[in-house]
Amino acid sequence: MSFDINEYYSKLNGGDVLMAFKGSISSELISNVLEVVESRMDEYSESSKIRKKVYNVLVESLQNLYHHIEVLPEEMQKKYDDKFGILVVSRQDDRYKISTGNFIGHEKVDVLRNKIDKINSMSRDELKDMYKFILNHQRLSEKGGGGLGLVDIARKTGNRLDYTFEKYNDAYYFFNLDVFIDLA
Amino acid sequence: MEALAIQGTAKTPSVKFDGQEGVIEIKGRSIPENSIEFYKPLVEWLEKYSESPMDLTQVNVQLEYFNTSSSKCILDVFKKLEAIHKGKSEVIINWYYEEDDEDMLEAGEDYESIIRVPFKMIEIVE
Repeated sequence: MSFDINEYYSKLNGGDVLMAFKGSISSELISNVLEVVESRMDEYSESSKIRKKVYNVLVESLQNLYHHIEVLPEEMQKKYDDKFGILVVSRQDDRYKISTGNFIGHEKVDVLRNKIDKINSMSRDELKDMYKFILNHQRLSEKGGGGLGLVDIARKTGNRLDYTFEKYNDAYYFFNLDVFIDLA
Repeated sequence: MEALAIQGTAKTPSVKFDGQEGVIEIKGRSIPENSIEFYKPLVEWLEKYSESPMDLTQVNVQLEYFNTSSSKCILDVFKKLEAIHKGKSEVIINWYYEEDDEDMLEAGEDYESIIRVPFKMIEIVE
């Protein structure tokens, strides 16, 4: 049996959920999510330092989705919205968790896995150097993505990027990324 | 030359480029999905300004948030300023950050290490 997205999504909805969304990731959706999460953090009277970190990491997570989402084949479009992605923002005792999920072509899995593993193996200084190198040497893609998002998230959170690739069918995997922002 | 003024939005900063005064300001949030579109007129304005800049150009960058897509465009803006600074006129970049925002200070230091223009890091105390 292939990976069940609904089951996976409902499992993510544990803890104190500030925002949960499953559907098309558009520019308007990103604006709405940012507004909602920002006001929810006010309710928690979060320090401005934590608010900024969560906001920054959320922007990058959402825009990573926006820039990298695949156009799905017709038979999958019947079941999933165009630009389908998942987002859950939750607050746990000692940290915020931002989970994102999207389909990825099977041929891209290894490249992404290697990239994240490399980022996870790097020290703070190495990440800083990598960020500066990409910033200074790589052009922006037409869509506006710059290949800096994951490096930036790793730098700002200081935590490793947790991920899974679940096989959906022969052509697609479902990529889940969990990012943690410590409260203290 | 004509000043460039753009009002800020939820995703883009306010911009005030005044060629007569030699003062350039970028303030607010810069988190658009596609930043190239937004920054293109800024870079073009600086291109023109660099033909006859003031003796001193003061640059004030006061960003609350910026995304990685914007970070490359901001670098393009700074590279134009670097070219002006290489000529006869002086450029100073004032990089503002809120007192608890170490990430924003570090971002300024990243630029400072890449761009050969004097930076002044200015802490905003509430």
